[in-house]
Amino acid sequence: MSVRLANQGRLIDRMRPLSFSFNGQKMQGYHGDTLAASLLANDQMLMGRSFKYHRPRGVVASGAEEPNALMNLGSEGHFEPNARATTTETFEGLLATSQNHFPSLEFDIGAVNSKLARFLPTGFYYKMFIHPRSFWKHIYEPIIRKSAGLGKAPKARDADKYEHYYHHCEVLVVGGGIAGLQAAESAAAAGVRVMLVEQTAHWGGRAPVDGVIIDGAPADEWIKSTIAKLSSMTNVVVRNRTQGSGIYDHGYALAYERVADHTPRDQRPRHRLWRVRCKQIVTATGAIERPLSFARNDIPGVMLASAVRDYLVNYGVSAGDRTVVVTNNDDAYRTALFLKSAGLDVPAIIDARAEGGGELMAQAIAAGIRVETGRGIAKVKGGKRVTAVSLCAQVGEGSEIEEIPCDVVAMSGGWSPVVHLWSHCGGKLFWDDAKAMFRPDVNKPPIGSNGEGFVIVAGIASGHLRSAEVIQDAGQAGLTAAELVGGKKAKDTKLPDAQDAKEAAMEPVWLMPHGASYKLRSKAWLDFQNDVKVSDVQLAAQEGFESVEHAKRYTTLGMATDQGKLSNINGLATLSEALNSDIPSIGTTTFRPPYTPISMASLAGEARGELFQPVRKTPMHNWHDAHGADWEPVGGWRRPYAYIQNSETVDQAVHREVINTRENLGILDASTLGKIIVKGPDAGKFLDMMYTNMMSNLKPGRCRYGLMCSENGFLTDDGVVARVDEQTWLCHTTSGGADRIHTHMEEWLQTEWWDWKVWVVNVTEQLAQVAVVGPNARKVLEKLGGMDLSTKTLPFMAWADGEIGGFSCRAYRISFSGELSYEIAIPANRGLDFWKMVVEAGAEFGINPYGTECLHILRAEKGFIMIGDETDGTVIPQDLGLSWAVSEKKR
Amino acid sequence: MLVLNCPYCGLDKDETELSAGGEAHLKRFGPGSSDEDFEGYLFERTNPKGLHFERWRCAFGCGKWFHAARCTATLEVFGTYKAQTLEPPKVIKDVITTKRPGWSWRNFS
Repeated sequence: MSVRLANQGRLIDRMRPLSFSFNGQKMQGYHGDTLAASLLANDQMLMGRSFKYHRPRGVVASGAEEPNALMNLGSEGHFEPNARATTTETFEGLLATSQNHFPSLEFDIGAVNSKLARFLPTGFYYKMFIHPRSFWKHIYEPIIRKSAGLGKAPKARDADKYEHYYHHCEVLVVGGGIAGLQAAESAAAAGVRVMLVEQTAHWGGRAPVDGVIIDGAPADEWIKSTIAKLSSMTNVVVRNRTQGSGIYDHGYALAYERVADHTPRDQRPRHRLWRVRCKQIVTATGAIERPLSFARNDIPGVMLASAVRDYLVNYGVSAGDRTVVVTNNDDAYRTALFLKSAGLDVPAIIDARAEGGGELMAQAIAAGIRVETGRGIAKVKGGKRVTAVSLCAQVGEGSEIEEIPCDVVAMSGGWSPVVHLWSHCGGKLFWDDAKAMFRPDVNKPPIGSNGEGFVIVAGIASGHLRSAEVIQDAGQAGLTAAELVGGKKAKDTKLPDAQDAKEAAMEPVWLMPHGASYKLRSKAWLDFQNDVKVSDVQLAAQEGFESVEHAKRYTTLGMATDQGKLSNINGLATLSEALNSDIPSIGTTTFRPPYTPISMASLAGEARGELFQPVRKTPMHNWHDAHGADWEPVGGWRRPYAYIQNSETVDQAVHREVINTRENLGILDASTLGKIIVKGPDAGKFLDMMYTNMMSNLKPGRCRYGLMCSENGFLTDDGVVARVDEQTWLCHTTSGGADRIHTHMEEWLQTEWWDWKVWVVNVTEQLAQVAVVGPNARKVLEKLGGMDLSTKTLPFMAWADGEIGGFSCRAYRISFSGELSYEIAIPANRGLDFWKMVVEAGAEFGINPYGTECLHILRAEKGFIMIGDETDGTVIPQDLGLSWAVSEKKR
Repeated sequence: MLVLNCPYCGLDKDETELSAGGEAHLKRFGPGSSDEDFEGYLFERTNPKGLHFERWRCAFGCGKWFHAARCTATLEVFGTYKAQTLEPPKVIKDVITTKRPGWSWRNFS
């Protein structure tokens, strides 16, 4: 069983116990725990069910690469599915439930799929559900939909808040292990602005867990003093719980800070998205341990050797009493040694290498641990928990030599540098045969705007496994980055001295044992989350899915929420062996941001609710609101759809408004109409190019309706154009079209006819416009007094400047309804007063405000078109019977 | 998320401050041109992997249109220049020649 030990645990505070709930059961943990550590401390190794076969699964890893331990967290507005228990910090009151099982985690009906595994091969869905075609819609699709997905989608609106930060610096360092710390320190010493981010809550990465000695003392001390120094520097920003999630073009990066995941409801934003613009990025992203592919390697209790060590050293949690270590490299020996020194039993270290390891193996033997070289695991025994492993020869087919009882298997297939961030923006990789890993090719970095690389990889992420090399490499990376962005040369470049044990070479093991039978291979998992086994990838290769991208999609290898962090290298090595090809020629799948899933809400940031989009309001907006406006969004504006009186419905209001406007008097807020002034000696010539009809021959004081088309003849906008004087026109556009048409005019003037003397200004928001419409329109305006509005002085399609009721205005005698109508433009700041005055004066003539729906009915009854209703970007004027508005000269 | 220097503002602008306007240096064929020329002007665009000339607008800055010469494969930017020209200025061409000897694009080289 897994338990909390009496001592150990460098990250937990035993003075601060806390309680949390898992599947409704109350459990105890400590401040500093991850949820996975807390669960293990409560002997909860079983943490989830796999996706396809619903097999019982325990935690495998201790970090972002975890495929199995996915949880539903919280409830209602704070609910979140698919959270990795290994990256979730435990807090008082945390609510977690496991996923993908029915009725319970312990007993899951879906586990029958595992018994049917041989009938559910790779490509099962493609092969099965294509016939008969008629079954798809009502039978297959509903079943597949029901079984798809892991966690439940949240139903309640997200109750937390989120925010974006914009940050500018010269150097961004991703990863707060010893490499990242050293790189940041070296860069910061050169005086440039540095940002250092680390995805976990702790600095120093794996060095303390690996027993690294820096400057003669345990790594922890150097880490503590270095981060303290960096935090005190004014040119450095350090952020833990912040993942460098993605690297994009020209030095743009996203960092995802989990501000308050561990302190919910403390009023801080839950997540913060840092949008970073920098000149150079150092990726010190470390490495991820690879699993080994042996039969039944998915039984709860089979874990990465590094994770077993992490739980012990960081959280004081023993994953089990008897741990068998199986490895192809020296690093896993550290786990055995730590376990032994904690007083736990290590029945055997099974080393696939014929010669075994170096210095660390000698230490293990000296500590009295049995070491079996040239051996492998034929199969793991147990159901919901490991009970034993059977030993076999690595070179053989898997004949059992001996059964070794144990409750944990700590496996290590070597280490894969985390090359994701390097690759996001085009950094290339090469296969290092000796180290059996893909490493960043420093000669082919992601390219910045100047044609030079803008990402530098440092430390283990670059393939340097020894701590001394890591520090040297990272120091150099920091210096180089600073130098490239104009930092001053630092005087003191002496780097700390790091030491760790000498290691013998690892030996790649892609299948254990090497000649494993089909029966064993069909139980050897590559991708734990999506249930992809060695036999599946081999079948894909056999069926012709030879490209790694095809094999990935056919088998779903690496397509789960962990994006193949554990499975990719083992999977493509299996593919390459099945194709008798070498790994470099198979290549990798494409790494895309983000590094791990980040919350959708963090991407939205503050842009929710009222802040999603600014609302444009006319000067009369509040009056409308006070008079029953039923609002409608129009091109960023809010316009009254209708004004609701008393208990009438919207429909009834619209009818009333239509009839009243036709019979008496209506008033419309037309301020949202686009108004663009076009001025200059060539303005007339220019407008002849913009509109389908002629505008240059329009007389000052007159209006003309005009159509605008795109270059291929499709209608894009319409409106009334008024000629103001010899060199000035005012063009009305549709409400949604003002900015677009202004931009359109600017584009032609700037890029095609830049020698024409024309000036274009968008004055839409400078003017309020009020349409007074209906048989009584002239009566109310004449009552207010001022300018002469008679047919003789101001005939149809004429305009004049003057005064109405003491307001300076411009009156257009135009109509969009077929009724007698004046559109009065006044300065925006007088709009509301003018509106109120007309409404008051119009009372005796039956004035009623009307909204956009009434406007639509009036114009449709008259046969006027509306851009966007009668047009859809593929309609030409002739389609709408508007040939009359196309100049003879232009047909 | 490209960064381009607006030749009017003289400032480096983030892609979110700009709007893209497609291929640069199109010759307009308007009324009176042949159907083939008009079709080419409206629809025919190059889509090179490598050197490309593009139109951009400093949409949330000065509002001006400018041109950018850049590599669509590596995202290297060779230079930006004002839109009021029929062909890339010599200084831009020289930069491209240094970095991509023997280049050609449409009828420029």
